[in-house]
Amino acid sequence: MLATIGLRSEEELIAHLPADVRFDKRLNMNDGVSEFEIVDYFKNLAAQNANGYPSFLGAGVYNHYRPVLVDAVVSRGEFLTSYTPYQAEISQGTLVSIFEFQTMVCQLTGMDVANASMYDGSSAVPEAAMMAVRITKRDKVLVARTVHPEYREVLRTSTQHQGIPVEEIAYAKNGRLELDDLKKKLTDQVAAVIVQTPNFFGILEELKEIATLVQSKGALLVVAFTEAVALGLIEPPREADIVVGELQSFAISPSYGGPYVGIIAAREKYIRQLPGRLVGETTDSAGYRAFCLTLATREQHIRREKATSNICTNQALLALMATVFMSVYGKQGLRELAEHNLAKAHYLAGKVKCEFDTPFFNEFVARTNGKSPSQVNAALAEKKIIGGLPLGRFYPELKGAMLLCATEMSKRDDMDTVAAELA
Amino acid sequence: MIKKVSKHIVQNEPLLFEQSSPGKIGYQLPALDVPPVDAERALGKGHVRSEIEDFSEVSEFETLRHFTRLSTWNYAIDLGLYPLGSCTMKYNPRVNELVARTEGLAWAHPYQSEELSQGCMEVVAVLEKALAEITGMNAVTLQPAAGAHGEFTGILMIRALLEARGNPRKKILVPDSAHGTNPATAMMVGYAVENIKSNERGMVDVAALAKSMTDDVAGLMITNPNTVGVFEENIRKICGVMHDKGGLVYMDGANMNALVGIARPGDFGIDVMHLNLHKTFSTPHGGGGPGAGAVACVKELTPFLPSPRLKRDGNLWRWNYDLPQSVGRVRAFYGNFGVLVRALAYIMAHGSNGLRQATMDALLNANYLRTLLEPHYQIAYKAASMHECVFSDDRQSPMGVRTGDIAKRLIDYGFHPYTVSFPLIVHGALMIEPTETEGKRELDLFADAMISIAKEVEDTPELVKTAPHNTRTAKVDEVTAARKPIVRWKPEPTASKAAD
Amino acid sequence: MTYPENYKYTKEHEWVLIEGDKGTIGITDHAQSELGDIVFVDLPKPGAAINKGQTFGSVESVKAVSDIYAPVSGEVLEINTGLSATPEKLNSDPHGEAWLIKVKLAKPGEINELLAPADYQKYIGA
Repeated sequence: MLATIGLRSEEELIAHLPADVRFDKRLNMNDGVSEFEIVDYFKNLAAQNANGYPSFLGAGVYNHYRPVLVDAVVSRGEFLTSYTPYQAEISQGTLVSIFEFQTMVCQLTGMDVANASMYDGSSAVPEAAMMAVRITKRDKVLVARTVHPEYREVLRTSTQHQGIPVEEIAYAKNGRLELDDLKKKLTDQVAAVIVQTPNFFGILEELKEIATLVQSKGALLVVAFTEAVALGLIEPPREADIVVGELQSFAISPSYGGPYVGIIAAREKYIRQLPGRLVGETTDSAGYRAFCLTLATREQHIRREKATSNICTNQALLALMATVFMSVYGKQGLRELAEHNLAKAHYLAGKVKCEFDTPFFNEFVARTNGKSPSQVNAALAEKKIIGGLPLGRFYPELKGAMLLCATEMSKRDDMDTVAAELA
Repeated sequence: MIKKVSKHIVQNEPLLFEQSSPGKIGYQLPALDVPPVDAERALGKGHVRSEIEDFSEVSEFETLRHFTRLSTWNYAIDLGLYPLGSCTMKYNPRVNELVARTEGLAWAHPYQSEELSQGCMEVVAVLEKALAEITGMNAVTLQPAAGAHGEFTGILMIRALLEARGNPRKKILVPDSAHGTNPATAMMVGYAVENIKSNERGMVDVAALAKSMTDDVAGLMITNPNTVGVFEENIRKICGVMHDKGGLVYMDGANMNALVGIARPGDFGIDVMHLNLHKTFSTPHGGGGPGAGAVACVKELTPFLPSPRLKRDGNLWRWNYDLPQSVGRVRAFYGNFGVLVRALAYIMAHGSNGLRQATMDALLNANYLRTLLEPHYQIAYKAASMHECVFSDDRQSPMGVRTGDIAKRLIDYGFHPYTVSFPLIVHGALMIEPTETEGKRELDLFADAMISIAKEVEDTPELVKTAPHNTRTAKVDEVTAARKPIVRWKPEPTASKAAD
Repeated sequence: MTYPENYKYTKEHEWVLIEGDKGTIGITDHAQSELGDIVFVDLPKPGAAINKGQTFGSVESVKAVSDIYAPVSGEVLEINTGLSATPEKLNSDPHGEAWLIKVKLAKPGEINELLAPADYQKYIGA
């Protein structure tokens, strides 16, 4: 090949680089190792973690069983190693599955349109805020303190330089959004009010009242969720203008924080304001149904500085995992799965002292009585169980409590052990 | 003569909702070991949904068959070359998939105690160190979820540094050859965008840059090698122009596959850059994501990196949140950890020797293709190509054939198209990046296809203009899709509903 | 396609038909052919003010967006609502049925700064 190019050695390929930019040393790292050594390396690292411990952590990332079919499907090279479906004629597999994903997200959330996914739930929140700002032409955003603390942090980081002030709304004694505080802060400058349900404490918010307040002031209601399984059983946020959330519960491994798959969905009239990729139905030149990426003019590669967002990627492979999961469980299964989660969490809650006496799904705040939450967790770790999230780091007023989550994977014996430790 | 593909029967398949049958299930949950709970009593009547309307109901096997059939409609790296410029469509090693699924890593919860997460934290630490070495930078964050997200993080950091110095400034300079994410990102950080013209060699015009560089300019976003696959030979001078007036230089690392082991951005003056782990570092594209956008920076910018950062505490790793100058979080938790594992596995498999060799192979493959294609297609710029080469459709457009047509005809030959009409500074661009993964056989088949199409343009241009001809799906009507967007399936109204 | 003699033109490829103190504005045939199949048009609301040289809307094809620049200043009286259902009219009849907006001129003197049909055609190399 070098001969074809007319070179004698491959070093000539970089001869044109200026001498003062060349890196002529060796990279300071080991030489390449064998596949066996790589597998072994990661196995040893994994062994240093809480391998196989039952876990009662939720707080935005949930332990749900991953049906075997999920990896069987996404491991196919045609899905795993394919590119973004810009060339519709040879990407119909990806396009159809994303169209199904978009449809299922609408069906689950009660919205009219949904995009092909966002990076994760946390980054979808500022995207919704920016959508609301564009739509209402107002510039302020209110966010409930019961929205996931890290999601709120991301909202601030993302909006700080776009002239969008963010203000928080307090929560009431029952763990729900404090309506009076919302009323006080809801001015004509507010573009969006962002709430989460079930909220960070696992509690269901009363969306009807919130929606009436918010929309009567001309602001948009943005509803977020972190536990997608809840949507199998609870009434979806139909009152919302925009819904954002995290689908990690649907067959995405917790994987120490990522990658996950976020969603953004909205009412029909806001379709052109949606960020990210959208798959649309159309026909091919022979008249058969076909799918393609559409409304691309919203996106960065065309609009550049006037784009609705700078986002380029969607989480296609993970959206596919979620779609397979939703297909495996189906209409009945998602409901039954949610019912199991409800039963497990309520069993555990019944055995401990709860902070709030308000309807919750599969997470709740429990007081740890004499001990501190860290002490409880240390004791549980001795028994090879991971306890709940000590809340003091995010809510100093709740430093004597932890957020416990039980799912269909939680076993009765382990829950009894946890309850005993909190007694 | 089309050598690489032949006809084949491919299954049809409706949408899941169209083959749904009430009552069909594909799952089985274990029996409850705790008492069941009445949903309405626990949640309140208004909070329980009646059902998920029109949700699909299919059996397990129907699910598997459905997605298997869909998969056969896709092109993929595993099937053949993707000559897409700047996408770096290299082999996605299967060992990466295996190690990412190691139980203790895949099931780790980000809020587990640090004592029980040391393995995960070690992965982050080791990868950060490796990427810092590769880029010649001082520190790395692995928090951003993708390249564009990394760009956002980097510009945010530049702004934070300048604010700490007293003046964030107003503008970011972006070459007219830049990827669309660059100006979109600058706007999101509150900066106005000013375009810098490329010169006749396809590189940043240093004189134009010097003229535009004022005290109002916060920084320059540059891609190197640039989007025509050419190394910015004046990069040191460019960085000097920016630094002399207190500006910073951000490098879009999308083309890092041309530099690993042979040049380090930190050495030639870049202040902050992102890497696309799903490009240079082999993590799978998966049909559009996930990616991961590592960001590397020099010492001056390190205090502004996203929070938290790893710190050593005796013989343990801990997350340090005490970073008063940090720009904050750009996403929840620590990063796309599952993608990081894959990138680290790739680096370990190649090592110091292998990484450099991969780069050299990538350059060899790109230049080999350039040599074979130059007699037939107009090379956009004479400057030496690195890992990708860019042509224009100038020789074909007199026959009424544009780059988009040639790309569609390439599909009939069994390849995915190259990058069409980008960068915008080239009229009718064809951007081709083979990566180091491809062997001579596949490259020769590609060159043969392109040469054959060039001949078709002369002899039978209509054949090219109306391509593709051999795909299962004929040319897709994107115009109607945009005029009347249908972005979800809806059930047909039943006869009884229509009668209402 | 002919460029009507009684229209005035701009270098940004808009046309204006002046009738008394009212102007009808559209994009030229050259513009629509550069854009390709038009899929969407974004127009201001009646009552909005437009200022000469500034953008007042945009026209989208599948792969491109083009801003529309105001050839004259004024107040929007009427917009062509039919275009939202059939944006393709911009491709077939950009100088007639697919007018974009009608305005009440704020500064009639601005008309003199516009291009005559022959000058516009020379500009686009027609």
